[in-house]
Amino acid sequence: MSARLVDALKRLAPQLIALAVILALNAAVSRGFFDIQFQNGRLYGSLIDVLNRGAPVAILSIGMTLVIATRGIDLSVGAVMAICGAVGASLIAGGYSLPATLAATIGIGLICGLWNGALVALLDIQPIIATLILMVAGRGIAQLVTEGVILTFNDASFIFIGSGAALGLPMPVLIWVALGIVVALLVRSTALGLLIEAVGVNRRASSLAGVDSRSLLLAVYATSGLCAAVAGIIAAADIKGADANNAGLWLELDAILAVVIGGTSLLGGRFSIIGSLIGAMIIQSVNTGILLSGFPPEFNLIIKAAIIVVILVVQSPASRSLWTFVRPERRREPRQVERVAR
Amino acid sequence: MKNWKLSAGAALIASLVATSAMAAGMTVGFSQIGSESGWRAAETSVTKQEAEKRGVDLKFADAQQKQENQIKAIRSFIAQGVDAILLAPVVATGWDQVLQEAKEAEIPVVLLDRQIDAPDSLYLTAVTSDQVHEGKVAGDWLVKEVGDKECNVVELQGTTGSSPAINRKKGFEEALAGHDNIKITRSQTGDFTRTKGKEVMESFIKAEGGGKNICALYAHNDDMAVGAIQAIKEAGLKPGTDIKVVSIDAVPDIFQAMANGEANATVELTPNMAGPAFDALEKFKADGTEPKKWIQTESKLYTQSDDPMKVYEEKKGLGY
Amino acid sequence: MLQSSPVLQARGIEKSFLGVRALDRVDLTIRAGEVHALLGENGAGKSTLIKIITGAYRRDAGDILLDGEAIDPRDVKHAQALGIGTVYQEVNLLPNLSVAENLFLGRQPRRFGLVRTGEMHRRSRELLADYGLSIDVAAPLGSFSVAIRQIIAIARAVDLSGKVLVLDEPTASLDTAEVEMLFDVIRKLKSRGLGIVFITHFLDQVFRVADTVTVLRNGRLIDSRPVAGLTRRTVISLMLGRELAEEERRAGTAAEPDASADAAFRFTGYGRRGRIAPFDLSVGRGEVVGIAGLLGSGRTETAELLFGIEPADSGTAEIDGKPAALTSPRAAIAAGFGFCPEDRKVDGIVDDLSVRENIALALQARRGWAKPLSRREQVELADRYIKALDIRTASRETPIKFLSGGNQQKALLARWLATDPKLLILDEPTRGIDVGAHAEIIRLIETLRQDGMSLVVISSELEELVVYASRVAVLSDRVHVAELTGEDVTPDGILNAIAAAHGTASVEAA
Repeated sequence: MSARLVDALKRLAPQLIALAVILALNAAVSRGFFDIQFQNGRLYGSLIDVLNRGAPVAILSIGMTLVIATRGIDLSVGAVMAICGAVGASLIAGGYSLPATLAATIGIGLICGLWNGALVALLDIQPIIATLILMVAGRGIAQLVTEGVILTFNDASFIFIGSGAALGLPMPVLIWVALGIVVALLVRSTALGLLIEAVGVNRRASSLAGVDSRSLLLAVYATSGLCAAVAGIIAAADIKGADANNAGLWLELDAILAVVIGGTSLLGGRFSIIGSLIGAMIIQSVNTGILLSGFPPEFNLIIKAAIIVVILVVQSPASRSLWTFVRPERRREPRQVERVAR
Repeated sequence: MKNWKLSAGAALIASLVATSAMAAGMTVGFSQIGSESGWRAAETSVTKQEAEKRGVDLKFADAQQKQENQIKAIRSFIAQGVDAILLAPVVATGWDQVLQEAKEAEIPVVLLDRQIDAPDSLYLTAVTSDQVHEGKVAGDWLVKEVGDKECNVVELQGTTGSSPAINRKKGFEEALAGHDNIKITRSQTGDFTRTKGKEVMESFIKAEGGGKNICALYAHNDDMAVGAIQAIKEAGLKPGTDIKVVSIDAVPDIFQAMANGEANATVELTPNMAGPAFDALEKFKADGTEPKKWIQTESKLYTQSDDPMKVYEEKKGLGY
Repeated sequence: MLQSSPVLQARGIEKSFLGVRALDRVDLTIRAGEVHALLGENGAGKSTLIKIITGAYRRDAGDILLDGEAIDPRDVKHAQALGIGTVYQEVNLLPNLSVAENLFLGRQPRRFGLVRTGEMHRRSRELLADYGLSIDVAAPLGSFSVAIRQIIAIARAVDLSGKVLVLDEPTASLDTAEVEMLFDVIRKLKSRGLGIVFITHFLDQVFRVADTVTVLRNGRLIDSRPVAGLTRRTVISLMLGRELAEEERRAGTAAEPDASADAAFRFTGYGRRGRIAPFDLSVGRGEVVGIAGLLGSGRTETAELLFGIEPADSGTAEIDGKPAALTSPRAAIAAGFGFCPEDRKVDGIVDDLSVRENIALALQARRGWAKPLSRREQVELADRYIKALDIRTASRETPIKFLSGGNQQKALLARWLATDPKLLILDEPTRGIDVGAHAEIIRLIETLRQDGMSLVVISSELEELVVYASRVAVLSDRVHVAELTGEDVTPDGILNAIAAAHGTASVEAA
């Protein structure tokens, strides 16, 4: 078990190092970055903000990881967030109970995911095109639901999901951590992980080996839709309103980026949900760091792009092999240590 | 004393308002961009109300964000022989041809809420707000509010590079010029959205000693202010008291916040562009008076003392 | 027949892809005014050889001589400029441009920089008249039939190159009359002194139009001789393997067919329109049934039908006397079937996953996602088969793509053996595998048979097939034409059956 843990840490080392470096940079540009106080019944500080604000992308990246592992992609998650936020807001504002609202909203997310999955698995449409349909149409659907305005609500229990706290942590943090653990355990303690990876590497060979790749693809896209629904609920609850024009806008790209930074290849196959979650936190750390730094907003995108380019270059296979070439003795050491540990 | 500083344009409107109710029987075509925002929806409903009030027969065409639809609508208005055309242009260029056609048919065209790149002989007048002035009104309020006290302001900008963001920032800074006790200490974009407004405000509070160093927030629109108010509350501070909040647009939700004492002031971007337009048209039809080429709408300041709940109820019905 | 001078000579051509030898010192000599048929099964090296000659691939070793001068075609365009033109099965011209534009694409007659359309049309008409075509050259290419397009492609290739013309399966999608039209063109070009390389898998066409035949197998030159005096049977025996190393011969103990066993798997009138004509096939417990035939005869189609990849639309399948619906691979697997496909890389291995995961995959898929094999179970399974089948891999966690072809094949066999199948279908299990692994797989098939498993084995290695098969179904043109049993199951018997299906047994020289 401990050997497996060491393996996992070694695999995630580049992501963890990147996160540590970004956090250190943040601390350098903003004094008190690591300060955490306890106030109003919850932990409070910039680090908590990173965890809290990163929730939507983290949650989207959970579903996105599984989709990308099957060699697919889901461009619609941002739009599905908007739809689900709009549906949730209009139901809760219309006087429905919290459980009914949540059930209906998550149901809508699942339906959106199944729609994508059906286009990909049953009609064999390329995922990028199949999900582009809902990406474009979804925001329009959301605007129909909200009738073009920011649909506000005052239900305290619904708002609690976005800005409440439990166990000293903001609800969104608890939700993404819990969802990440549940999904990661589900795929790794069952055979889903192996089957998803097999379908992603070679769908035809997997089908010939008896893998039910259609059901698997449907399930994976449905999961992505469910994650988008949860993220949409959080985003709406956070601002006590559903903003069909802006909720989840461009977040599909951040989610894809989180998955890639997390070490899952866009070519499918091997995946790591934990890696994607760390990737989401890296992205949010960059965002928060930029906001704290006080640079003029004209530099936001340039700084973000530059940091991400550096992360991706450092992680690329080419530079990894370069590293091995430059410092061969470094690579040998930990292996010997590991052997002793076993 | 509320509108303690009226611009020349606003004064002009005030004089025009007095001469209304002469346009009964006029047929006017209105080519609207679409309904992409709450403000746009409100503009449409106010235009319809204003037309009804004056007995104007309004022909409404929704272009769904497409210039070709607007050109088609204008041609159809010309063919129907309307008395005048209102145009809220979706883009600034490409209007010369169709406006020339309207001019040849001797139908006056009034532009609403946006200017275009075309010779001003092709249209009667343009009714728009002055975004720099909006920022200035907000800044002037703050200068008056804080007096001689030291005040560090944080600013939530609109989408980086957009003209409202540039102009509202400029006007605000103009108002602050010469008042060295008021400083903008942090300025960051909130993309005009609630979510970003809240997130950026959280970071401002963290970066400025838990919010203790912030005296006021200036947001380029009300939505960002609404998001920021939540962030201030969650940080354990009182918005409107610990941190003063001034923003622009005057959408209904900010009035609710003002009623709760959580926001202090907002500058109205009026959805009533049609009123001044009808007034100008009536004058022109009556005796051929050519209005100025730019009619500036009033940038009205609302504060907590303006019975925000009443304004909220009024505005709520406009489709914001 | 007078031997004319060689126009193109390839000598000792070698080519490897990622350590797999695709061509091993192959020679090819094309003479002016001859039609030279290049024959071989899938993977024999025909297309690799052609691509080297036409510049699409670079050779690892060997010489290419054109008119006695050494040449080194860098790419297709360079080869064309040297005089070697190619026409592929899928005509690679532009269907939305006119015939004339296609003929003169990239070299339109110009004056003052403007295309002289009239001149281009005139020259196009002249050019096509040589091929007996009188069509509207201004019409888009796409408005003509495949055969016409084929001829236009040939006209362009010949006009551009003029010494050697390579035709890669030109008749695959043509009907009889169109084939005739194409052959007229080929004969005409031959009389003009072109050297023509003709790749096909229709044997009768070889005898009708070709002067010389070169046969490749497993990347090696088997033989090259004039068509005159050849029999169909000889050609078939050249294409299908007949040599079997002594080591391999000893590997399989003579199979004693268990004639008394009831047929455990019985397919009656089983077929699918457009893929394979209805056939009867039965496989007993502990029996190996072989399937033989030339490329394109319906061997793989039969396997895909049995495994439910392309479900049958006629006939019935029975397992132990009970009807079975084999509508998908999953249904077939549930019925106890396993299938090792011909194209291992595309249809078999999941290349990024480890040997362990590849071996566990089919069993795991059958158990369903909710009943995972524990890591320990997977390790035990993988280790057991790595040992039993002697799969040579650095570790069980090595990605399977790093294994040699033979070891990949053994891992795929392990994948199915782990599911304890009742019927195992193997499509060319020994293709592209080194000699040592070859013998091991033959030995394994024999062991499985003795353990009571039923097997259907497709192979073009006839000597190998007769070692383990007690019965052999012979296919031709997607029809099961014969079933050989007992004494008849010999390489000669199979060759006779295939040759018989291809018409008369021998053809006299023209």
